[in-house]
Amino acid sequence: MERDKNFILGVYDDEDVLLHAVSEVRTSGVKIHEVYTPYPVHGLEDVLGYKRSRLPIAAFLFGMLGTTLALTMQLYMMRFDWPMIIGGKDHAAIPDFIPVTFELTVLLAAFGMVGVFMISSNLKPWAQPRIFDLRSTDDKHIMAIDIANNTSMEVAKIQEILKSSGATEVNNKSFE
Amino acid sequence: MAHDVQHYNLDQKFDFTAATKKSIFTVLIIGAALLVIGILMAIFGGHHEEAAEAGGHAFHWYERLYANLWINNVYFTGIAIIGVFFFAVQYAAQAGWSAPISRVMLAFGNWLPYAGILMIVTFFVANHDLFHWTHAYLFDTNSPEYDKIIDGKGAFFYWPMAKGTFPAFYILRMVLFFGFWVFFFTKFKKISAQEDQLGGTSHWFKMRSWSAYFIIFFAVSSSISAWDWVMSIDTHWFSTLFGWYVFSSWFVSGLSAITLLVIFLKSKGYLEMVNENHVHDMGKFVFGFTIFWTYLWFSQFLLIYYANIPEESVYFIERLSSDIYGPYIFVNLAMNFFLPFLILMTRDAKRHGIFLKLVCTLIIAGHWVDFFLMVQPGTLGHNGGIGFMEIGMFLVYGSAVTLVVLGGLAKGNLIPKNHPMLEESYHHHI
Repeated sequence: MERDKNFILGVYDDEDVLLHAVSEVRTSGVKIHEVYTPYPVHGLEDVLGYKRSRLPIAAFLFGMLGTTLALTMQLYMMRFDWPMIIGGKDHAAIPDFIPVTFELTVLLAAFGMVGVFMISSNLKPWAQPRIFDLRSTDDKHIMAIDIANNTSMEVAKIQEILKSSGATEVNNKSFE
Repeated sequence: MAHDVQHYNLDQKFDFTAATKKSIFTVLIIGAALLVIGILMAIFGGHHEEAAEAGGHAFHWYERLYANLWINNVYFTGIAIIGVFFFAVQYAAQAGWSAPISRVMLAFGNWLPYAGILMIVTFFVANHDLFHWTHAYLFDTNSPEYDKIIDGKGAFFYWPMAKGTFPAFYILRMVLFFGFWVFFFTKFKKISAQEDQLGGTSHWFKMRSWSAYFIIFFAVSSSISAWDWVMSIDTHWFSTLFGWYVFSSWFVSGLSAITLLVIFLKSKGYLEMVNENHVHDMGKFVFGFTIFWTYLWFSQFLLIYYANIPEESVYFIERLSSDIYGPYIFVNLAMNFFLPFLILMTRDAKRHGIFLKLVCTLIIAGHWVDFFLMVQPGTLGHNGGIGFMEIGMFLVYGSAVTLVVLGGLAKGNLIPKNHPMLEESYHHHI
C-alpha cells in the first residue's frame, strides 16, 4: 500500500482525553502520523515522543557564518581593497568591526533559522496544505494514522483502539 | 494532582553542619596564610629601587592591602545586595517559578551589615591611599598642586563642609545606602517569616509593594555607589554608563553565587522540589546577564576607543598599555564572556549542575578580576598585580561571606511554605 495516502482519523473533544489517548494508542503498537489541534496542547510533543528540535544547531551555524562573513568583508574592504584611516586607527581596527559583526551574526542566525524552519516544515509559498478535518481549526483534536505505516495491524483493530481510547468519531480519509 | 507540593517537606531547615563549617574555615585559613605570605613578600621583597626612582611618592606595602580590602568590599557588597535585589525582582515581576529558592537569594543580604561596617572602616583607614580626591591641597587655590577639575567635583564629596575637610556628603551617602539596604533586607526577612506563621496572600502583596520601593531606591543607589566607590578612584575620569557597568558586574556575579548555592543545597538533599527546570531558569539568567555585562563593557570601551579623546581614553591606556594589567583585560573578557557564552549556550548545559558549577565559579572569579581592573590601576599603578595577597584576600572574604550567608540561611525555614506561588513553582516546566 502506498504511503501518505490513506488515513484513519480519531476525533477527540478534550485535550486531557487526547493526551491519554496518544500514549494508549502508542503503547498498543499503532504508529501515529500526526496530531492536529486547534491550539498548542502542553505536553503533546512529550507523549508523542518527538525529539527536541535541532533548529538551534542551524541557528548557531548560521550565526557563525554571519560572524565570519562580517569580519572577512570588513577586513577585506578596510584593509585590502580600499585602505582607509578612520579616526587615526589602524586599517584593521577590530573593535570598530564588532557592531557590524554582531548585527550580521544576529541577522544571519535569525534568517537562517526561519529559512531552515520553513524548509523542514514544508512551508513553501506554493505548498498546498492537506486538511485532514476542517474541525481541527475549530474545536476538535484530530489524530491521523497512516494505514501504510501500520500494515501489521488490521484497519478494524486500529479503529477499535481509537474508539476505546476516547475518540468521539473514527473516520477515514484519503488523499489523491 | 492538586496539591502535589505538599508531599515535600516544606518545614525543612538548612543544617549548617560542623563538616561544612570546617571546610569553609579551611579555605579561610588557607586564604589568611596566603595573605600573610603576600604581606611579608610586599614588606621585605618590596620595590625599594622603584620607589626611589619615582621620587616624591614612595610606595608602601599597606597600600596594596588597602586596595585589596577595597576590591573585595565593593565586590562582595555587590553580591550581597544583588541577592536582595533579585529577591525583590521576583515579587515585583510576580514570578512564580522562583518561590522555593527565594530564601536562598535573600540569605545573601546577611552580609550587608558586615559589608557596611567594613566599607566605612576601610575608607577611613585607607583614605589618601585609595582616593586621590581626599587630599586637601587639591582644593587650595594657593597650592601648586591645586586641581581645577577636582575642585569642580569637590562639592559632590564634601558638601556641606568646606572642600578638602571632611567628606560629609560622601560618608552620608555611604551610610544612607547601607542603612536603607539593610532596612529593606530586614523588612523582607520579617514579612517572609510572618508569612510562614500566618499564611494567606496579604504578605505577598505587602512584599510586592516593598519590593517596588526597594527597586526604585536600588536603581539610584547602585549607580551612585558605583561612582562613589569605584569611579571616584580615577577622579578626573568619568563615564556615564559606569553605574550600569558596575551593576551588571555585580548582577551576574550575584546570580552565579545564587545558582551555585542552589546547586550546593540540592546536592546536600535540600530543596527537593527544585528540579532542572528551575536550575535552567537560573542558568538562563546567568547566560543572559553575561552578555549584558559584555554589552556594557564593550559599549564603554568602543565609544572611548573610537572618539579617542585624551581625558577619556586615559582610563584604557592606563590598563591596556600596562604590562601588569594589559593581559588581565583579555583574561577578563575570556572568563566573563567567551567561556560562559560558549559553555552555557546549549539547553543541556543550563540544566545540568556540572556545567553551571564550572561557569558560575568561573564568573565569580572573573568578575573579581573585573573589579581588580577597576580599582588597582588607579590606586597602585605599576605596584599592583595579582599575587598571594590578592588571592589570599579573595579567599578570606569569600569564605567569610559564605559563613555569614549560610549561617543566616540556617536560621529560618529554607522554603517559604505559605508562599502563594509554591504550587505554580512546583508545576514549572520549560
